[in-house]
Amino acid sequence: MTSELIHARIEQQRPGILSGSEVAYDGMLTVETTREHIYDFLKFLRDDEELQFNFLTTLCAVHYPEDPGRELAMVYHLHNWRQNLRIRVKVFLPVEDPHIPTVTTLWLTANWMERETYDFYGVIFDGHPKLTRILNVDDMDVFPLRKEYKLEDGTRTDKDDRFFGRDGHEGREFD
Amino acid sequence: MQVQSYFSQLDSIDGELATLNLGPTHPATHGIFQNVLKMNGERIVSAEPTIGYIHRAFEKLARIEVPKRAQYMRVIVMELARIADHLICNSVIGVDTGALTGFTYMFQERERIYEMYEELCGTRLTTNVGRIGGLERDFSPTFHKKLKTFLKTFPPKFEEFNNLLERNRIFMDRTIGAGPIGAERAMSYGFTGPNLRAAGIDYDVRVMQPYSSYEDFDFIIPVGTQGDTYDRFMVRQEEIRQSLRIINQAYDNLPPGDYHADVPDYYLPPKDDVYTKMEALIYHFKIVMGEVPVPKGEVYHAVEGGNGELGFYLISDGGRQPYRLHFRRPCFIYYQAYPEMVKGSMLSDAILTMSSMNVIAGELDA
Repeated sequence: MTSELIHARIEQQRPGILSGSEVAYDGMLTVETTREHIYDFLKFLRDDEELQFNFLTTLCAVHYPEDPGRELAMVYHLHNWRQNLRIRVKVFLPVEDPHIPTVTTLWLTANWMERETYDFYGVIFDGHPKLTRILNVDDMDVFPLRKEYKLEDGTRTDKDDRFFGRDGHEGREFD
Repeated sequence: MQVQSYFSQLDSIDGELATLNLGPTHPATHGIFQNVLKMNGERIVSAEPTIGYIHRAFEKLARIEVPKRAQYMRVIVMELARIADHLICNSVIGVDTGALTGFTYMFQERERIYEMYEELCGTRLTTNVGRIGGLERDFSPTFHKKLKTFLKTFPPKFEEFNNLLERNRIFMDRTIGAGPIGAERAMSYGFTGPNLRAAGIDYDVRVMQPYSSYEDFDFIIPVGTQGDTYDRFMVRQEEIRQSLRIINQAYDNLPPGDYHADVPDYYLPPKDDVYTKMEALIYHFKIVMGEVPVPKGEVYHAVEGGNGELGFYLISDGGRQPYRLHFRRPCFIYYQAYPEMVKGSMLSDAILTMSSMNVIAGELDA
């Protein structure tokens, strides 16, 4: 089953559920939906008799502070073991309102993955059985993997982000 | 992180898990958790003695073709790592049932693997020989010698160890039915690797999405039926034999040629050239200063680690560092099934289940 066929199947069974779709750099079909639809959509991907994305490989968040209203991305990687197909599903959330439904009722494995995502990015998974920090100490009051923190020790003046290829420093074009 | 807060953190993961520290019969657990305390909250990538994983995700991003020889060499090093991992896991299951002898035998064999690593790259556990595009250096004559000796002497010793446990009445009574999990539950819990295969599903990244030329080798994927401690033990035992088969095939057919790709943008030039040739000096400088071209894009790449699907999700914005790098650590994912697997069982069975799941604290916390 090709990316086009998967996409066609989704459009046929759940018209209008996708707000974006592309084949990513690594060749994996990457689709975007909204948090209103994410639970239904993942359930559909899991249970649909043609798609059979039965396995939740991993989920994680990404922080894009430059993109107002879409600062936090939730990324789900699903795998169909029967036909060996993978799909990537993205949902963008505003950082002031980082709520998204939990998928622990679809896959038990989402439990700790979502706790970890909450721990490091502050995404709140509504309906999660126990959404507490998992790797960091309980009394931590920041979400450490958000891009709010400088890469280097903030007290140092001899280094800044420009040295890491960002902030106006473009580097050489890849050819 | 203070010691006290470490324990409160353990409690917060799940009340049942804190009792694991009570397992004084479990040298591995003891060591692992002591390590965590010493690490003081510092996060490491993985404690497994394996190499080159992240490099391959980057090679996929930069679309680098790694020479066949380097791929075969990596397979040899990786399968040796799998043997070292499974050997310790299985012999510790023996220790937890009261059979210490096998552990001492197999620890000696693992030592031989670490000696080979030492010869290969100077370190024993953190094998730092993988480079973007290939390996840092070729196998040395001493490495060849040690590997040949190992391939000859290890199998009979391993079968001797196998005979100590496989049909041992006490061992079987202790492990059969201990900490079982069914295929459906295991899949929902995100199991991969030997623990999943013990439950009866033959999913293996090496076959499903072959990388590093795994498609060239002939090997089988052992599966269990009950998903209990005995099945996990048996699956790992057979995987050791299959890893040996793979190493033998890779070593016998080791292709001639270079041990790294011709990618001067990423692969450091030889030191002699850096001192004598202008071009080499420029590449050296550019690599060290991070002035190398990196494409934009996102990549998910998975390998079959000792404990299952080890995945790397890499997002590049063209900068010098990844914009986002997420690891799928099989340990972290399947460890959450532990409370369910030991519910209602004896404490001694819980410790057996723990060691047969092969939870590596460093991988857990990464």
